[in-house]
Amino acid sequence: MVLLQIAEPGQSDAPHERRLAVGIDLGTTNSLVATVRSGLAVVLNDELGRSLLPSVVRYTSDGCATGYEAQTYQASDPRNTICSVKRFMGRGLHDIAHRESLPYKFEDAPGMVRINTAAGIKTPVEVSADVLHALRARAEAALGGELVGAVITVPAYFDDAQRQATKDAAKLAGINVLRLLNEPTAAAIAYGLDNGSEGVFAVYDLGGGTFDISILKLSRGVFEVLSTGGDSALGGDDFDQRIFCWILEAAKLKPLSHEDSRLLLNRAREGKEYLTFHGVAPITARLSSGEVVDLKLTTEIFTEITRTLVAKTMQAVRKALRDAGLATDEVKGVIMVGGATRMPQIQRAVGEFFKQEPLNNLDPDKVVALGAAKQANLLAGNRTGDDWLLLDVIPLSLGLEMMGGLVEKIVPRNSTIPIARAQDFTTFRDGQTALAVHVVQGEREIVSDCRSLACFELRGIPPMVAGAARIRVTFQVDADGLLSVSAREQSSGVEASVVVKPSYGLSDDEIASMLKGSLEHSRDDAFRRALKEAQVEAQRLIEAVQSALKSDGELLSTEERVRVETAIAALQAAALAENRRQITVTMDALDAETKAFAARRMDKNIRRALAGRSIDELAGEDQS
Amino acid sequence: MAAGSASQSGAAAAGSSASAGFGSERFALDHFALFDLPQDFRVDSNALDARYRALQVEMHPDRFATAADAERRRALQWATHINEAYQTLKKPLSRARYLLGLLGGECDFARDTSLPMDFLVAQMELRETVADAASAGRSEELDSLRDDLVRQRRAHYEELAGILALAANEQAQRTSALARAADALRRLMFEEKLMADIDDALAALDELN
Repeated sequence: MVLLQIAEPGQSDAPHERRLAVGIDLGTTNSLVATVRSGLAVVLNDELGRSLLPSVVRYTSDGCATGYEAQTYQASDPRNTICSVKRFMGRGLHDIAHRESLPYKFEDAPGMVRINTAAGIKTPVEVSADVLHALRARAEAALGGELVGAVITVPAYFDDAQRQATKDAAKLAGINVLRLLNEPTAAAIAYGLDNGSEGVFAVYDLGGGTFDISILKLSRGVFEVLSTGGDSALGGDDFDQRIFCWILEAAKLKPLSHEDSRLLLNRAREGKEYLTFHGVAPITARLSSGEVVDLKLTTEIFTEITRTLVAKTMQAVRKALRDAGLATDEVKGVIMVGGATRMPQIQRAVGEFFKQEPLNNLDPDKVVALGAAKQANLLAGNRTGDDWLLLDVIPLSLGLEMMGGLVEKIVPRNSTIPIARAQDFTTFRDGQTALAVHVVQGEREIVSDCRSLACFELRGIPPMVAGAARIRVTFQVDADGLLSVSAREQSSGVEASVVVKPSYGLSDDEIASMLKGSLEHSRDDAFRRALKEAQVEAQRLIEAVQSALKSDGELLSTEERVRVETAIAALQAAALAENRRQITVTMDALDAETKAFAARRMDKNIRRALAGRSIDELAGEDQS
Repeated sequence: MAAGSASQSGAAAAGSSASAGFGSERFALDHFALFDLPQDFRVDSNALDARYRALQVEMHPDRFATAADAERRRALQWATHINEAYQTLKKPLSRARYLLGLLGGECDFARDTSLPMDFLVAQMELRETVADAASAGRSEELDSLRDDLVRQRRAHYEELAGILALAANEQAQRTSALARAADALRRLMFEEKLMADIDDALAALDELN
């Protein structure tokens, strides 16, 4: 790599000049913090020499504990011991899968779910902040000073709400975020810089709770992400869950207490890890009821019960390749990231698909943190001679809600960031003075199928006839992948803007299948789209006729007026029914009923114009 | 209920708004000049890629992570502008449309659909063929339709390249050449849309397998 010269140890800036910066891998199961020391990225260990910090927080009435200490209470105090909180970031209660089997006391709240603990009600942002706080303390103890900032990694497939929640957590933990970095991109930095690679690479990243696939091109020190895909609710936890269900079935167990559930989930995870190096894993446990579980899980059974999960990841891989416009043989190497990629069936599936051995020479648990540390060092301004640049993308399309609940895509998925896009809109009704802007993220055509990111209003638009206002809505996505939206009426200069803050939205299954769904349901969507369009058209016609009746009703005889109003009522009824054909027929009927009326109105307008009266006066008369 | 009916402002309008509000000589350059490329539909894509990366290496916000706020904002605007320009020139359809605009041609096709009836009818039939093949799961048929379309599209872009060169170089024929270019571009928009439909259909079939 041309720009790359790894500094010799000791050659970098003197310690007192170095700006302390760290990379943080805030994982679903485990978190790590790493830094660059003497030109080398290293993971910072705790005082017992352990590199991982389990992403677990236990709340008690007098405070909280994190990491291994909290983990020991997982089975005995499951309600107050929060693990895998990353799955709840930026999510509402209804988004969370298997929530009935989770031991927490959830509280529904607008925007994000909350958890009722012994230390009070906690948001996922606060729980994550407690994990980050522990990592910050570890880093500052190890480095002997205050941090300038940190690069925090997020799954590439995280949407705007999840990214914003992560940044908020860092803020709560008193950490200056130099950059939110996508996990697979971080892994590519760690891998690419250490191997001096050039060409196209795929990063297959299966973590505890999330799955990402990124396709990158490495060229002369530039890491260019070509496409990304994945599932922000699929990870190693789901494999544990499958084993757990298999245990329940194989041992014919009755419904379990939260404590026993947690115990068996732990046994499931241990079994999964054991199978990485063995053909059979013993699963034994003594439940609180006195029942004894004693089973043998073979690699064959494990592969079989998790086949659909693996297939789901490979589907995302194919899609990402398609989006990048590449064939499998154009991929030079496949980097494996995340502890869950140790599972033999994953290694095999990836190897068979790409027809090459996946690259495992960096510890899949540490590679993300190491890459983040290198990026943090670069951004903090500690130049070590080597230099590189990341060009990343947004994972999901951004759009606006249009009339009839349809989505107008403004920024397509896999656009390189930063990016700005503007689009002009106009008003729907005469004299409309406000415009609601509803920002959504996702690939589907119907608003209710996408994630709602934010709503705001542009007020104070001067009253004009429908269609005369020019409202320019601008989307700006910054280098962290975070969106801000502004709207401006062009003639009056009235402006409104918003930094997008999470509102609420999809169920977990929906976000998981959003991309897939947009293809599978494209026929269904097209049908619903046509129906919605017809409904909007109908509404538009009704309003136009009603407005004409109001201003020029005297041009009709009583009988004519009754007929027009009957036709309006018929169309109003048809618009409510889900029958597009019925709407079209009824619209035609209303149109026919108002033909003579329209002609008379035109005549009247022409007479007025001939009388030399200005348009302004006409408008004034219309409103009176 | 949200925004009213859209009057789409295409890539050209989006580009101008993204770049408005901060002056710089380089910023005022057209996209071809920004990447030191001749104003021609036929671009050297290797040169475009290399210069894009070189510009981002200089201007990306990551280069200004520790700089003052004003500089960081400027870097964000620059990187945004470079991305926009690159995306416009990278894809042939948006490149042709942009070049047509630079040459003074009409490039607002939102309302303008003045295409011959036989072309439109052929397009509708093709679209139905694709929809039928997709719903019946005949991927070989889709593949062969795609191959035909790829050849056809390539020929049409070649043709368009010639017309645009003519419009740029032959003052006397400019007006008629621009009109022909706009016409060719309109047809290509249909072909690109059809290609996207075929790709979506193939992708959907792939997901089912």
